Amino acid sequence: MAETRRPKLAVWKFSSCDGCQLSLLDCELELLAVAEAVEIAYFLEATRTVGKGPYDLSLVEGSITTPHDVQRIGEVRRQSKLLVTIGACATAGGIQALRNFKDIKGFIDRVYAHPEYIEALATSTAIADHVTVDFELRGCPINKNQLLELLSALLNRRKPNIPTYAECIECKTRGTVCVMVAKGEPCLGPVVQAGCGNLCPAQGRGCYGCFGPLGNLPNTAALTAQFAAMGMDRRDIQRRFRSFNANAQAFRKESEAYDD
Amino acid sequence: MTTRVIKVDALARVEGEGSLRVRIKDGRVKELQFGIFEPPRFFEAFLVGRDFREAPDIAARICGICPIAYELGAIQAMEDALDVQVPQPIRDLRRLIYCGEWIESHALHVYLLHAPDFLGLPDALQLARQDRELVQRALRLKKIGNDILEVIGGRPVHPVNLKVGGFYRVPTRRELLRLADDLKWAVEETLATVRLVAGFDFPPLEQDYTFVALRHEDEYAIQEGRLVSNKGLDIPVRAFLDHFDEEHVRHSNALHGTMKAVQTPYKVGPLARYAINHDKLGSLARQAAGAAGLGAVVRNPFQSIVVRAVELVQACVDALALVERYEPPEAPAVPVEPRAAEGHGCTEAPRGICYHHYRLAEDGSILLARIVPPTAQNQKIIESDLRKVVEAHLDLADQALQWRCEQAIRNYDPCISCATHFLKLTVERE
Repeated sequence: MAETRRPKLAVWKFSSCDGCQLSLLDCELELLAVAEAVEIAYFLEATRTVGKGPYDLSLVEGSITTPHDVQRIGEVRRQSKLLVTIGACATAGGIQALRNFKDIKGFIDRVYAHPEYIEALATSTAIADHVTVDFELRGCPINKNQLLELLSALLNRRKPNIPTYAECIECKTRGTVCVMVAKGEPCLGPVVQAGCGNLCPAQGRGCYGCFGPLGNLPNTAALTAQFAAMGMDRRDIQRRFRSFNANAQAFRKESEAYDD
Repeated sequence: MTTRVIKVDALARVEGEGSLRVRIKDGRVKELQFGIFEPPRFFEAFLVGRDFREAPDIAARICGICPIAYELGAIQAMEDALDVQVPQPIRDLRRLIYCGEWIESHALHVYLLHAPDFLGLPDALQLARQDRELVQRALRLKKIGNDILEVIGGRPVHPVNLKVGGFYRVPTRRELLRLADDLKWAVEETLATVRLVAGFDFPPLEQDYTFVALRHEDEYAIQEGRLVSNKGLDIPVRAFLDHFDEEHVRHSNALHGTMKAVQTPYKVGPLARYAINHDKLGSLARQAAGAAGLGAVVRNPFQSIVVRAVELVQACVDALALVERYEPPEAPAVPVEPRAAEGHGCTEAPRGICYHHYRLAEDGSILLARIVPPTAQNQKIIESDLRKVVEAHLDLADQALQWRCEQAIRNYDPCISCATHFLKLTVERE
C-alpha cells in the first residue's frame, strides 16, 4: 500500500536558549507518534538529515539579532507554507531584547575583548517584525502540551485551542488562592496571557510574565498603580516588565513610563 | 599535491549553532577552526543593574538544556556574597533537582544525540525504526529526569521554584515518594545503558588531558566542592579567576578558556569528573564502569558516552536515596538580606563546570556579572581533539571524515547556546 505523503516539518533556530525546540523532544511519550505523523525534514538539534523545502510547517525558535538572521528568516518564510513562532524570543525578542533599551556597543565592550569580531544588530526583534507569521505560541519556554495541541490541530486542519485569557483565569480554574491578595506578592497574572499551567502562583510565587502580555490591551497601568500602593519603588516596577517579553509592545510601553 | 577542504556549515545534534572548517595540505592539518556562530546575547551586560534575586531566573535563559546549572550557580554565588547558609534538606532538594537535570540531559545526549553516530544512523528516529523498544526506554529515562524537575521546579525548562535562600515552596514527602518506583526502574535501566554503549566501537584517540572538575569529600560532586585538576590544582571556587582565563578569538562568538599559569587548554565534563572523582562513585556505578572495561581514568573522548552512562547510574542511585530519605525543611527558604558584597559560585553542569561571579551594591543591585560556561572552556580541547582525529583519518573520504569530526565534537555534548557564547564544518584539502 502506498503511503500517503506526510506533512513536512522543519524546526528553525535563531537567537535563543534552545529550550523551546527541546520542548518538542521533551514530548517523550508522544515523540515517536509525532515523528510518524510528520516527516521531520529539518531539525538540527535532533538529526543530521537535511530534507529540502518547501516545508508544510515551520516552527521557528529565537529572535532576529544579526544581519544574516534577517536574510535567513526571509528564506525560511519563502520555503514554508505555514510558519509558527515558538517561545518568547520568537514572539517578542526574548531576554536578549533588553539590549533594545541600551546602547549595544556598551554591551559588546562589556562582554568581548575584541568588539570588532562581533556582528550583531542593535536590537533583538520578534520574527513577526520581519515576516508574516501564521500563529504564535507564547512562553519562556513554551508549554509542550500547547505545542502538541498546535501540531495536532494543524495536522487535522482545525483551529488550535490555545486560550488567550489572563493568567488569573488559570488560578481560578485551578483553585489557587490569589498570591497578591493573600500574601501581598506582586503578580503579573492580570496582564499576562495564560498557558504555563499556573506554575508560579501554585508555588506561592507571583507570575513573572513568561507568556507575555494579554492580547487586547492589558490594563498594565492599573496593575502598576497597585504595585506602587503595595510599596514597590519605580525601579522594581520597571524591572517586572523588563524581562523575557520586554520588547512586546504593551510591556515595553509600560516599562518606558518608568524611565526616570 | 592535493588540497582538501571539509566544511560543515551547521552542525547537527548539538545545542546551538556551530561550524567546523578544516584545511588539509599534503596530509597535514594546516588550519582547523571550531567556530561558534550562535549570536551573542550579552547576559553579563544586562544582568548589571538587576536585583540579585532576579539573577537565577535571568541566567537560566542562557540554556534551555541545563537551566539548573545557571540557576544554582547564580544562587550559590549570591548566597556566598550574602553569607547565607541553607539547611541540609534544602541542600538535598537542590542536589535532587540537579540529578534530574543530569538524567534528562545525559539520557538525551547518550541515546538521542550521540548513540546514532556509533550506529551509523542520522538520528534516533531511524534508531526507533530498528529498535523501537530501546528508544522508548530511553525516552522514559529522559522523562524520569524531567519528572524530578517538574515535581520540584514546576517545569523541566526554566524551573520556577528555585530562589536565593531556598525554594518558593517545597514538595511534600508523598509528592517525592511518587518518583521512587520510576527511579528504581531507572537504576536498572541505566546499568543496561552502560552495557549497551560499552559495546560500541571507539575510534582510538588519547591525549594527556588536564582535567578540571569539582571535588567534594562526601559525594560525587555536582553542586559544590573545590576545583581540582589531575595536575596539582586544588583551589576554592572563589579563586577561579586567578587560575583561569578566557580569550576572544575571531572565529568564535564564545570566549576560549585557558589556564593562566601554564597557558594550556583544559578539559571539563564527564571525563574530567570521572578522573577526579572516581573514588567518590557509589559501588553500583563503579562496578558498572569496571564491567564496561573502564579504568580509574578514561582518556579516549569517544568513550565519554560510556562515562556519561556511568554518571547516569550515579545520578539515578543518588536521586533514589534523596527521595527516600527526604523530610521537608521547616521553612522553604532562609531569609536573605542584601548588602554590598561579592560572591562566587560553581557547579557541575552536565557538560562541566559552570562558574559565576557577581558583585552587589548595598541595595542588592548587580554591579558586575561574569559567567564562564563549560562549552566555552572546552573549545580549545575540542579543536585539539579534532586535529588528531583528522590526521588519524586522512584516508577517509570527505563525507566519512566529516561525520567522524562531527562525532568527535559531539563527544563534548557541546552546548553552543551556553557557550555564546554551534556547527559549520569546512574541510579544505590542498
